[in-house]
Amino acid sequence: MSKVGLFIPCYVDQMYPQVGLATLRVLRRLGIDVDFPEEQTCCGQPMANSGCAEYARPLAERFLRIFSKYDHVVAPSGSCVSMVRNHYTQWLEGKPDFDHLRTTTFELCEYLVDVARVVKVDGDFPCKVGLHMSCHGLRELRLGRSSELTVKPFNKVRLLLAQLRGIELVELARSDECCGFGGTFAVNEEAVSCLMGRDRIADHEKAGAEIIAGFDTSCLMHLDGLIRRQNKPLRVMHVAEILEGAKLS
Amino acid sequence: MIGHAEKAATFAADEGRAHWHDQSLWFVRLKRDRQAESIPEWEDLREAAAAIKAHTLSRIADYLEEFERNSRSNGIQVHWARDGAEHNAIVHRILADRGITRLVKSKSMLTEECHLNPYLEAHGIEVTDTDLGERIVQLRHEPPSHIVLPAIHLKKEDIGELFHKELGTAEGASDPKYLTEAARSHLRQKFMAAQAGLTGVNFAIAETGGFVVCTNEGNADMGTSLPPVHIACMGIEKIVPRTKDLAIFLRLLARSATGQPVTTYTTHFHGPLSTPGGELHVVIVDNGRSAILGQETFRRSLSCIRCGACMNTCPVFRRSGGYSYGYTVPGPIGSLLAPLRDPRKFASLPFASSLCGSCSDVCPVKIDLHHELYALREELVRKKAVPLHKRMAMAVLSSVLARPWAYRLAGSLMRWILPRLPRDFAYGPWNPWGRQRELPPMPQQSFRDFIKKESE
Repeated sequence: MSKVGLFIPCYVDQMYPQVGLATLRVLRRLGIDVDFPEEQTCCGQPMANSGCAEYARPLAERFLRIFSKYDHVVAPSGSCVSMVRNHYTQWLEGKPDFDHLRTTTFELCEYLVDVARVVKVDGDFPCKVGLHMSCHGLRELRLGRSSELTVKPFNKVRLLLAQLRGIELVELARSDECCGFGGTFAVNEEAVSCLMGRDRIADHEKAGAEIIAGFDTSCLMHLDGLIRRQNKPLRVMHVAEILEGAKLS
Repeated sequence: MIGHAEKAATFAADEGRAHWHDQSLWFVRLKRDRQAESIPEWEDLREAAAAIKAHTLSRIADYLEEFERNSRSNGIQVHWARDGAEHNAIVHRILADRGITRLVKSKSMLTEECHLNPYLEAHGIEVTDTDLGERIVQLRHEPPSHIVLPAIHLKKEDIGELFHKELGTAEGASDPKYLTEAARSHLRQKFMAAQAGLTGVNFAIAETGGFVVCTNEGNADMGTSLPPVHIACMGIEKIVPRTKDLAIFLRLLARSATGQPVTTYTTHFHGPLSTPGGELHVVIVDNGRSAILGQETFRRSLSCIRCGACMNTCPVFRRSGGYSYGYTVPGPIGSLLAPLRDPRKFASLPFASSLCGSCSDVCPVKIDLHHELYALREELVRKKAVPLHKRMAMAVLSSVLARPWAYRLAGSLMRWILPRLPRDFAYGPWNPWGRQRELPPMPQQSFRDFIKKESE
C-alpha cells in the first residue's frame, strides 16, 4: 500500500489548522495511509520568491530529506507544490531521490484526480461558489487551462466541486486574474496588491458568489483580510474544507 | 531612489483612474483572446516563433552580416551602433551632412530607448513624432507609457485640453473624431515639410536584406515616401532568417498587440526611393543587447517582438501604469530588460510582479517571463542590489524555519501575542499587511498540535 507524506505549508500549520485537518480527513476517507512528518517546516518559497536563493536552499535540502521516503507527497497548496516541482531543481538536481520527490509531490486536487483517480464526489454543498484559480496551481501545475491559452478547456478543481449536489459555481468576468497576494509582493507592493484583491472580490460579488473557494490558503488569507476589513458578507473556504463532507470514490 | 512600489501606490490611489486604465487594457486583452482563439494553430505558431527566435539568437552575428550584405546590394546604407550615443551620432550625421533640419518619425521604441529626440533637438533639428499617440505624449513632453499604446494613460478629455492649447481646437472639445481630424491636418503639414523620415523596424530579413514596418495609421508610409531620405533604426534582435518566417510573426504580432488580425499597413522596404536623392539607411544598434545575449538565463528576453501583450495582461501594469516602471519598455518584459541593463537603478522592477505567469502564457514568442523575473530577483540579491534589511529579514526567517524547535516556538509566540496586542499597535505603521487587510485569525492550536494530541 502506498504511503502519502502530508505536507502542510508553514502558514497553514500555524494559522489555518482546519485546512490541514480537512486535507487529512479527505485523504483518510479515501483509505489512504497518511503520515505527517513532524520535522517539516517550510518549503522555502518566501526566501526564494525574494531572490534569497541561498537562504531557501537549506529548506529545500531538508524537504528532500524528510519527504523523499514517501510514495507520494500531498499538500493543500498549489504554490508550495510548484516550489518543489519547478524551483527545487537549481539546488537538488542530481541528488538521490530528487527526481522521485519532484515527480511524486502533488497539490491535493491534482492528487485526487490524477493519482487517486477520484471520479465521483458524493455530497451536498448548496451554495453559490466562486472558484479562485490561484496562479501557481493554474499556470505552474496546470490544474486547469489558463485563459491565455487556446488549448481545450479543462479544470481539475472544478471537476471535483461541480459534482457536489446543490453547488452553483458562478461565472466570473475574469476567470483567472491574480488576486494580488504574490507572497512578499503583498507587502512590498501593498497598494497594488490590495487593489487587485478588492477587484477580485468585486468580481466574485458581482457573479453572486457567497463563498470564494480556492486551493491556496495564501490567496484566501489575503482576500479574507480584505473582506473582513470591509465587512462584506462573503466567506472564503479551502477546497479541502468543501470536500471533507463528501464521499469520494 | 523611488522604486516601483511607491510610484504604483500613487497611481493606484486614484482608484477611478486606475480602474479605467485597467479596464481599457483588459479590453485589449479580450480582443487578443478572441483573435487567438480564432486560429486553431495558435499554440503551434507560438511554438514555431519561439523556435525561430531561439535559433536566430544562437547565430545572430551570421544573420546580421548576411542582412548587411544583402541590404548593401539593394542599395541600402548600413550603419552599426554600439550604444545609444553612437546611434544618435550616426542619425545626426546623416541629417547634418545633408543639411536636414526637419525630421518626421514613426514609432520607434529604440529611438526612445536611445533618447534620440532630445539629442537631435539640441542639435537644432525639429523632430515630429507622427503616430497619434506618440505625438500626443511628445506635445505633453512625456515619454510613452506603453510600447504599443503610448498615450493609454490619457483620457479623451486630457487630449482635448492638450490639443486646445497646442493645436487650437475648440475649448472643451473631446470628440475623438474631431480631435483626430485636427491631429491629421497638423501632421499633414509636418509630412509635407519633412526632409527625412525615420522609422523603426519590426522584422529585418537576413536572406533578402529587406525589412518590414507594421503600423496602423499609415504614417510610416507617408514619412518614408514623401521625403527622399529614410532612416530605419533597429535593435540587433529584430533579425529573422527568411521571408517565410514573416508568415508566422505577422500572424502573431497584431493579434497579440491589439487584437487585430493584421496591422493596417505592413510595409516591406527593399531599397531607397527611386526618386532623385532617394536614400535608405539602416542603423543596427546593440545598446546592451549582446550583454543580455551572453546570459543564458535571460537570453530569451531578446526574442521579444514588442507586441505589448504582457503589459495588457499584467494585473500589476494595468493598476500601476507605465510610468511606474521608469523605463522605456515597462511591464513584465521591461522589468527584465531594464535591470539587465542597470541592476541598481531598476532593482525594484522584478519585484513589481505577483509572478502570476499570465505574461508567459500570453507571450506570442513564449518568453518565460515570470520565471525570468524570478531568476532575476536572485541575480539582484547576489549583486546586493536589493536593500540589506530585506535580505536580513530573509536570513532570519530562514534560520528559524530550518530549526523545527525555533519554528514551533516562533509560531506559538505569534499566535499568543498577536491577538493580545492593542489594535492601534497591531495595525500600526510597521504593518503594511494591515493597512487595508485584517490579520489572519490566530488559532490557539497549530495543525501539528492537533496531530500530536491525536497520536497521544
